[in-house]
Amino acid sequence: MTRMQGIAASNGIAIGPAFLYRVELPEIPVSSDADPTEELERFEQSVDAVRTHLESIEERKRGQMHADNFEILDVQKELLSDEEYGDKIRTLIRHQGRNAEAAVQEVTKAVVTEFSMLEDEYFRQRAADVADLGNRLIRNLMDIADVDLGDLTEPVVLLAHDLSPSDTIGFELDKVAAMCTEAGSSTSHTAIVARSIGIPAVVGIGTMDVREGATIILDGNEGVAIADPDDATLAEYRERKTRDEKRREELLAKAASPAITADDVHIHCVANVGSVDSARTAAEYGADGIGLLRSEFLYLERPRLPDEEEQYTAFSQIADCLPDTTVVVRTLDVGGDKSVPSIKMPKEENPFLGHRAIRLTLEEPDLFEPQIRALLRTAADRDVRIMLPFVSTLSELRTARERIATIHTSMTAHGTAVCDSPKIGIMIEIPSAAVMADAFAREADFFSIGTNDLCQYTMAADRTNSKVAELANFLDPAVLFLIKRSIDAAENAGIPVAMCGEMAGSVIATPLLLGMGLREFSMSPSQLPEIKDAVRGLSVNDCRPLVDECLQCATASDVREILRSFLDSRLSRR
Amino acid sequence: MKETTLTVKHKVGLHARPAAKFVKAAKQFDSDIQISNITRGGDRVSAKSLVSLVKIAVACGHQVHITADGSDEDQAIDALTEFIVNTMEEQP
Repeated sequence: MTRMQGIAASNGIAIGPAFLYRVELPEIPVSSDADPTEELERFEQSVDAVRTHLESIEERKRGQMHADNFEILDVQKELLSDEEYGDKIRTLIRHQGRNAEAAVQEVTKAVVTEFSMLEDEYFRQRAADVADLGNRLIRNLMDIADVDLGDLTEPVVLLAHDLSPSDTIGFELDKVAAMCTEAGSSTSHTAIVARSIGIPAVVGIGTMDVREGATIILDGNEGVAIADPDDATLAEYRERKTRDEKRREELLAKAASPAITADDVHIHCVANVGSVDSARTAAEYGADGIGLLRSEFLYLERPRLPDEEEQYTAFSQIADCLPDTTVVVRTLDVGGDKSVPSIKMPKEENPFLGHRAIRLTLEEPDLFEPQIRALLRTAADRDVRIMLPFVSTLSELRTARERIATIHTSMTAHGTAVCDSPKIGIMIEIPSAAVMADAFAREADFFSIGTNDLCQYTMAADRTNSKVAELANFLDPAVLFLIKRSIDAAENAGIPVAMCGEMAGSVIATPLLLGMGLREFSMSPSQLPEIKDAVRGLSVNDCRPLVDECLQCATASDVREILRSFLDSRLSRR
Repeated sequence: MKETTLTVKHKVGLHARPAAKFVKAAKQFDSDIQISNITRGGDRVSAKSLVSLVKIAVACGHQVHITADGSDEDQAIDALTEFIVNTMEEQP
């Protein structure tokens, strides 16, 4: 039995067999006097097997996926017979006495290295396709099960080093019971995906040494993973899992009713979504609307930009999952850790401080205009609002407003059905915007505080680096000061203010935020039932004194202690 | 030997799927077919290899030079021109 401690990234408990996703291969034997005939035959057999496997994926996914997603399969099939790949491997076997797996590894490595050095991001990404193909061949040659998520019969606990959006888009998510990654923090992509589909996840667990198929207990509440548990542990966790599921069911049953505090204040609990599926989940989990629609999903894993029509269809579909509610759409937010194939972004020394999000889209009409046009059309008969990400100066907001007004005027002139006057707000996620919140509040229609970036930029701590992620803590008094300032500014100017970061879905922060005057909380759908339940057990009046108390603290751990004991005294009484 | 110079107008260039299709088209001919990316400069490579084609990274707006040498060189140049000028524009 091995017990590993990581960061709790998504609640719930799962027990299932380990599925190692693209993990490092074992040491590969290298020979220089293998029998060429025998090795060639082995190689051809593995080529056939891999080709058949690729075709079966294609067959299964046909109709389910956007046509662009087939690209990788096409490329891989072609590579198998390429003179610079498949044929080179054959030559190595034939003339250098190399065993098949060593030959595959050698050629794969060489091609991957060459592709990785290409200047063009888009072409550079093909390195991953070649690496993946090499992996498949070697796994087949060494008899290491190369199961595809779609072939699985029972749900698995997926273990990986780290997962990117392009990894998770190919997953058959109903076969994934839980996810666990060696790297990452509670705001990394894995955590966000797990929460959006409501499965447990533990991240940042460090190096894992787990064999394929081993029984794994994954406790997303405590951030614990246990491999090969003994009978007593297994029994204990089965019981915990049952209790946990029961509690969630109870919460879920109450999720649809509004979150009203004990002193009668209605708190809007809305969802962060990033696809039509997650919008449906949000509706099931009792979302009062959508507080953050991340529009990036439209751009993932496809070589071309989505056009206006496609965006309009997607936005309408999502908005219609939650009819008669407000839907806040964030304009394209790429750069930093988020890149998409259709947008060329030169390698930057410091992508998190670089040319990204609104800085990029305002310079590229091809990115900005179709999206705005689609949004104005979606808003014609729905309450859809436009949110600008990564705003750091007032001039960015002004420029965006002017551009949107121009687009709006021209669409109206052409008789296109659009909303009367677009509602344009900003994300408060850069410290400069929080510091200047009063000025922004006079010109923005609403605020949404994005605590993940706000923490990382205030504390100068990369949230994807598990060594420093701890510093980017939303309970740090420095961050709290900026949050309070933003909420006050919005209140004074009479505009709505919401919060859409990790903090909004964390019960520990709920009383403090209620005390500060926040009335709209936007979070992953799976967090809604629990936050709604907490809100119902609190009263705003009671929470108000917490604000001064917490802001006078010198450290995040002092703040946590105050909030912990407050919550214990209030919520346990029920 | 036959040759031609073309500008690739497809939005993502000779990338991934279009590149795989281009290679398939080239492989139908016996002639030795080579391609180079004039805009980036550099190597002349086999048009029948996807790996080589990715390495010369032909993006939108780039000019390519294609040569064909062999019994069916005329047909090869015609077919590949047709592919770059028309087929690629229609197919994503």
